[in-house]
Amino acid sequence: MPKGLLGIEELERSEIEQILERAKAFQPQGGQTFGKVNTCTGRMVVNLFFENSTRTRSSFEIAAKRLGAETMSITASGSSVSKGESLVDTLNTLVAMRPSAIVMRHAASGAPHFLARHLTTPIVNAGDGTHEHPTQALLDARTIMDRCGRLDGLRVAIIGDIAHSRVARSNIHLLAKFGVDIVLCGPPALVPRDLARIATGITIEYDLRRAVQGADVIMMLRVQLERMHEPSMQAGEYFRFYGLRPEHVALANPDAIVMHPGPMNRGREISSEVADSQQSMILNQVENGVSVRMAVLERVLLQ
Amino acid sequence: MKLLIQNGRVICPETGHDAVADVLIEDGRIAGVGPGLPAGGAGVIDAAGLIVAPGFIDIHVHLREPGFEYAETIESGARAAAAGGFTTICCMPNTNPVNDSTTVTSFIVETARRKAPISVFPIGAITKGSQGEELASIASMVAAGAVAISDDGRPVMNARVIRRAMETARALDIPLIEHCEDLNLSAGGDMHESVDSIRLGLRGIPSASEDVMVARDIILAELTGARYHVAHISTKNAVAMVAFAKQRGLHVTSEATPHHIALDTGAMKPYDSNYKMKPPLRCTHDVNACIDGIVSGAIDCLATDHAPHAGDDKMQEFEKCPFGITGLETALGISLEVLVHTGKISLPRLIALYTSQPARIMGWKNAEARGALKPGYVGDVTIFHPEYPWVYDVKKSESKSSNTPFNGRTFHGGPIMTIVNGLVVWRAPGF
Repeated sequence: MPKGLLGIEELERSEIEQILERAKAFQPQGGQTFGKVNTCTGRMVVNLFFENSTRTRSSFEIAAKRLGAETMSITASGSSVSKGESLVDTLNTLVAMRPSAIVMRHAASGAPHFLARHLTTPIVNAGDGTHEHPTQALLDARTIMDRCGRLDGLRVAIIGDIAHSRVARSNIHLLAKFGVDIVLCGPPALVPRDLARIATGITIEYDLRRAVQGADVIMMLRVQLERMHEPSMQAGEYFRFYGLRPEHVALANPDAIVMHPGPMNRGREISSEVADSQQSMILNQVENGVSVRMAVLERVLLQ
Repeated sequence: MKLLIQNGRVICPETGHDAVADVLIEDGRIAGVGPGLPAGGAGVIDAAGLIVAPGFIDIHVHLREPGFEYAETIESGARAAAAGGFTTICCMPNTNPVNDSTTVTSFIVETARRKAPISVFPIGAITKGSQGEELASIASMVAAGAVAISDDGRPVMNARVIRRAMETARALDIPLIEHCEDLNLSAGGDMHESVDSIRLGLRGIPSASEDVMVARDIILAELTGARYHVAHISTKNAVAMVAFAKQRGLHVTSEATPHHIALDTGAMKPYDSNYKMKPPLRCTHDVNACIDGIVSGAIDCLATDHAPHAGDDKMQEFEKCPFGITGLETALGISLEVLVHTGKISLPRLIALYTSQPARIMGWKNAEARGALKPGYVGDVTIFHPEYPWVYDVKKSESKSSNTPFNGRTFHGGPIMTIVNGLVVWRAPGF
């Protein structure tokens, strides 16, 4: 059965390296658009988004088009799900139209894993609940390597609502496979201590200053109000204790970079000074999103 | 009507009998146990090489009728029970409508009498609609045939309400059975809170949600003197607290399910709802504590918490799927595997967990006395093989639902024949 991409956890380090290497080949030369490679002509990719998304969906769409594949995007509000159809029936209906792959985002953790057990069409996970967002971790890794030249031995601080972040989980699994020193930091209710045991090389820190000390990379996470079902911290207090400001970046390595998966809330988890600084890689991440997703889709479509 | 079961190894934990013998059932009652009983016109069953035990009792079953007949009916659930070797089951009140009145209680009693091949006793709700606020018509339900009260699946969060319910249960001399879960602590959880729940991005149900409820209830059981029973115990601390309550001489008992002693969180297939139940599959140390609790006696009996759900309901996103798995047909196979074949307990001890012990918890007396092979007791007998290998095939299940993690599993030992009131109501294919 053709393989999709459900998560980073089950990938080998060598598979990640191949994807990142291929993505590098797709990166556009200064100022130009992405080259059209047409390796996947005749393939059909369905983007099925049960949750709102602008950047991930358009990034997948551009990636598929640059590969020469045809794409179609469906959002939940316009789909039969709103008419009460079950997820399995929706997917079976789509599969009957014989797409080459389905890119899927869903609010329930494990939704693509559950479907993958019942479908033959490969599924690329574009984010499942609070579980994984594998292409985000891959594009983050590409961005770090572009800037730092390597992953091994770096110190990466991930700041924010780790408990509810699929971006954090995928990044943790990826970075751990490369021996990165990972520091997780956020309010205690959003950073459960057991997180330290989901992979190797993880330390947990509740003080932002200590977390960013000597970091090579600072990854900020969005405060996800829509997933916040735990009593946690007032918004104002959050920014005071966990909002990234220039004084924190000053504690990191001099050439440290700051990342954010977007969409960011200025003044809630990150100050504008930091977001717009030279060290901010936020737009590089978006750009790498396309090349990494080209690499992922090509891998899935050409097997 | 006479039935003679010959030459089996007759094990009755209540009387201490454990020897090859015959069992005679006459007019629906146990008439005698001993070697070489005369057939005298009785139907004869040759049980040589098999275990002959009192009829198995499961005090925790969901039958889904009235209200959810697409998932299970009183008849189909009772047939599944018979196929699992059970002769008596007690059904939980979370039907639609909830069994909180004599109307529903009588409906269940009457339907079971007409359609169930085994004995079915309803458990009444503690509170109206199991809403946790006003007490249900407990005395009337008991008069109509309810044998215990419980808001299983909907734990009573208000301590004052549970106190009054315990006082009522004590006066009526029935047990109060609690599904121990602090809903504020477990809020929205889908699996045991652990590294695995964090890894899978699923919300956790901490062990503490069970522990604080057991602690509260034991304190109230002491205050009220009620017979208090912990349903599907699953945590190390809860087992320890029940043991402590017993030491203090309180009327506190507990049950464990076969799946909670057979599977831990690590056995789950990710996002497979056949592994989703409440309480959730816990950590290895909790599983071991439950097994130790059975060995030590802190846990009094086994009960399946048979919770059928229709296929469509279980074929969804994990967080949308309802809690619960079926269990009647696999209970004996699992418990032999986990408890007896491993040498944790003897065969007579295992039989006690399914017969004399649950009977003691429910307190059946006089005409309803069951759970032992004593003259005058209800003529229920379970015949099983302690070792033969068989594979559980859910497609052949008597239940209307197939939500089990044990499909395709090989067991060693299982039910051969189920006898209720002196009548064979089920026999294994080939026997």
